[in-house]
Amino acid sequence: MASKMINITLKIWRQKNKDAKGQMESYALNNVSTDSSFLEMLDQLNEQLINERKEPVAFDHDCREGICGMCSLYINGRAHGPDTGTTCQLHMRMFNDGDTIYVEPWRSAAFPIVKDLVVDRSAFDRIQQAGGFVSVNTSGRTMDANAIPVPKADADKAFEAAACIGCGACVATCKNGSAMLFVGAKVSQYALLPQGKVEAKDRVLNMVRQMDEEGFGNCTNTGACEVECPKGISIENIARMNREFLKASLTSEK
Amino acid sequence: MKLDSKIPEGPVADKWTNHKNHMKLVAPNNRPKIDVIVVGTGLAGASAAASLGEMGYNVSAFCFQDSPRRAHSIAAQGGINAAKNYQNDGDSVYRLFYDTIKGGDYRAREANVHRLAEVSGNIIDQCVAQGVPFAREYGGLLDNRSFGGTQVQRTFYAAGQTGQQLLLGAYSALSRQIGLGRVKMYHRHEMLDIVIVDGKARGIIARNLVTGEIERHAAHAVVLASGGYGNVYFLSTNAMGSNVSAAWKVHKRGALFANPCFVQIHPTCIPVHGTNQSKLTLMSESLRNSGRIWVPMKKEDAEAIREGKLKPTQIAEEDRDYFLERRYPAFGNLVPRDVASRAAKERCDAGFGIEANDTNEGVYLDFSSEIKSKGRQAAYAKNEHSPSEERILELGKKWIEEKYGNLFQMYQKITDENPYETPMKIYPAVHYTMGGVWVDYNLQSTIQGCFITGEANFSDHGANRLGASALMQGLADGYFVLPYTLSDYLANEIRTGKISTNSPEFEDAENSVKNTINKFLTNNGTKSVDYFHKRLGLIMWNKVGMGRNQEGLKQAIEEIGVLREEFYKDVFVPGDANEMNPELEKALRVADFIELGQLMAVDALHRNESCGGHFREEFQDAEGETLRDDENFKYVAAWEYKGMDATQSVLHKEELKYEAIKIAARNYK
Repeated sequence: MASKMINITLKIWRQKNKDAKGQMESYALNNVSTDSSFLEMLDQLNEQLINERKEPVAFDHDCREGICGMCSLYINGRAHGPDTGTTCQLHMRMFNDGDTIYVEPWRSAAFPIVKDLVVDRSAFDRIQQAGGFVSVNTSGRTMDANAIPVPKADADKAFEAAACIGCGACVATCKNGSAMLFVGAKVSQYALLPQGKVEAKDRVLNMVRQMDEEGFGNCTNTGACEVECPKGISIENIARMNREFLKASLTSEK
Repeated sequence: MKLDSKIPEGPVADKWTNHKNHMKLVAPNNRPKIDVIVVGTGLAGASAAASLGEMGYNVSAFCFQDSPRRAHSIAAQGGINAAKNYQNDGDSVYRLFYDTIKGGDYRAREANVHRLAEVSGNIIDQCVAQGVPFAREYGGLLDNRSFGGTQVQRTFYAAGQTGQQLLLGAYSALSRQIGLGRVKMYHRHEMLDIVIVDGKARGIIARNLVTGEIERHAAHAVVLASGGYGNVYFLSTNAMGSNVSAAWKVHKRGALFANPCFVQIHPTCIPVHGTNQSKLTLMSESLRNSGRIWVPMKKEDAEAIREGKLKPTQIAEEDRDYFLERRYPAFGNLVPRDVASRAAKERCDAGFGIEANDTNEGVYLDFSSEIKSKGRQAAYAKNEHSPSEERILELGKKWIEEKYGNLFQMYQKITDENPYETPMKIYPAVHYTMGGVWVDYNLQSTIQGCFITGEANFSDHGANRLGASALMQGLADGYFVLPYTLSDYLANEIRTGKISTNSPEFEDAENSVKNTINKFLTNNGTKSVDYFHKRLGLIMWNKVGMGRNQEGLKQAIEEIGVLREEFYKDVFVPGDANEMNPELEKALRVADFIELGQLMAVDALHRNESCGGHFREEFQDAEGETLRDDENFKYVAAWEYKGMDATQSVLHKEELKYEAIKIAARNYK
């Protein structure tokens, strides 16, 4: 519990822009408080680099409370590092004095590198745009919110699937670069709720088509995505998506 | 300049309906001829962009994040209020209206707040229709809980991730419109100026944060839904990127900025731990449904705890001071946020704080009573009528985990302590800003065609916002207010034709942005942007924070003036303009925070009263409660920009009239 100071060596991927060739660079960083978060440690490194008139390391981050899904980083060979949550919730107490820590961006064909540790995850947005919604316009006059009771078990499962933060750890950690945990979670959320059932067939067909077009790989059930998912999204959702997809493929009239 | 709030005539309950019936409309075949820009994709922005796209307008939406789904609305935890009265405990539109006005300490505009309460139920209907997975009871109907400042259960929630689920709902509606080509999304883009042509907002200058390119975007109207300015304090519960710049740019171009000193300091956040800390983490207000806030009754116990000689669990029940229950028996731990925060500060200032940091600032939020009581209930429900103490604790912890699991996990990760076993340590932190760009009833600023929604405007929360009302306001503005009021404005634009970006006004705005960027990149100073931001934050927290006084505010105004000069002289911004450059982004934002911070101090100094989150130490009663001065300060303070030095800003007043509610001293006892 008591905080202490550690000295570490960082090996960080530096890449000027999407077209440049990148390489690992080494940095020594001293007096890092074990109470600091991993991103606060990177802030400290950047402050040091700025004071040395060097260019700081670019990395994505925003809410720093594990919910926006903006932070990423492959740390010592693991998506979001050695703890169970997001990188912003990883604390330096997970590391020891004298450690060398390897920091890389998400690596996947569908997530091109923008700069240093920043990648482009807009493929996820495009999958969502292909069908990740209920086609209901704003009116506030649909029907009373309690008009359709939803069994608590279904509502809870839908919520668990909807807890996905879209960070992309599942893709980064998958040897195939598959996005099926992400897509499965979205498909499942709607498939489990009465409001989502009307368009269920089109949704799963369109989202899977877009997923394939974006260049994500296929799922071979290694389960790594579930292990590294900071929100504990279950691979049951992939199974549900496959069932939905099969059903839709066989019965869709389009 | 004369402020016209454009509040419709008639009784408060009929104003919105009557107004809607008489506003101008734009016919569906004319809407595709009209372009609208929406800046920000949180609840207020995403809901507006989606709704306007559905209606048929050409919408361009902007966010600085890599995806619209990441806007900071996503971090809201506890819930969203709506006057549905599903719990049969006496709720109504009037109650929600009344609670919000009272919670805001009678500094909000009645007509706006009533409209908010009126549409609150529609929001829940809309979100459920979109597939937002709210928490439900076993019968399949929606569940509710309580929040501060109310005596009913009107808060809808999705575990401790309500903001996430609502934002994903709005994002899904927005995504649908993007997919249909009705909304063009510009992610990783930041608005750096507004362009005004012939007195009307006609577009923005934005920087592409990946390529650094400065872009011109034209439209018939500009909507800002760019959030609040809590990061002026450096440490806050806001996201790292949350900033005031979009709002500040329109202020600099003529929009008035209202009540900047009204800041919400949230009582339950994880205390500060060290100098490298980058942000503060909120522990949802919903926890006050189940947790009891206390400090030791004896100073020596508090000292022993700070020295690590005593654990909180060793303090006997009779030696604990549940100070909120003691001071406010009627509302107990669920008093409004400003009241709870000040009470915690009062105890810590008096020497009873329990956190071993520089300032001893921390109090306990204790779940042991709730764990026992819920554990006993759960055992009973399982037909175990004489459960062992162990069994009660086991079931109680399970109940807590189901309700608040993600919050408890987050707490443990940050503090390395297990809140199921030992009370949480909490302390107030900057969370939300009630002040913002001044808007009339139609959400239009003093610049024609420039509309402001959500936290970025000032209108609905007075001097203190009630919990679970920010989500409500963001979605109310975006789904149900702006589509009407903006159409009323746009009805006069159907003959205007495409707005060109080749005008001198666009040229000037673009050049001024480029000059500013160039100045920062060639400044060649010696200190980082964060160095200045942290200094600003300390001045703000110590002198324009939870307790303010005349002397401190005067010092703050002077110190910020000095800081501004040093910043421009000595800031060092590495990198180039034509690439991704996070330090440049920060420099541009901090420049605006510095100007805003000084205006906040000026506003706080001029308001010689205490109300809501604005506590002037000179104005309190014998029990330390706020002393309002309705005779002299029952107005919205709207400031006009007159240059970087905020002491030159000009004050305009909008008198507040209370017709439906009798103004009274706020009492939660």
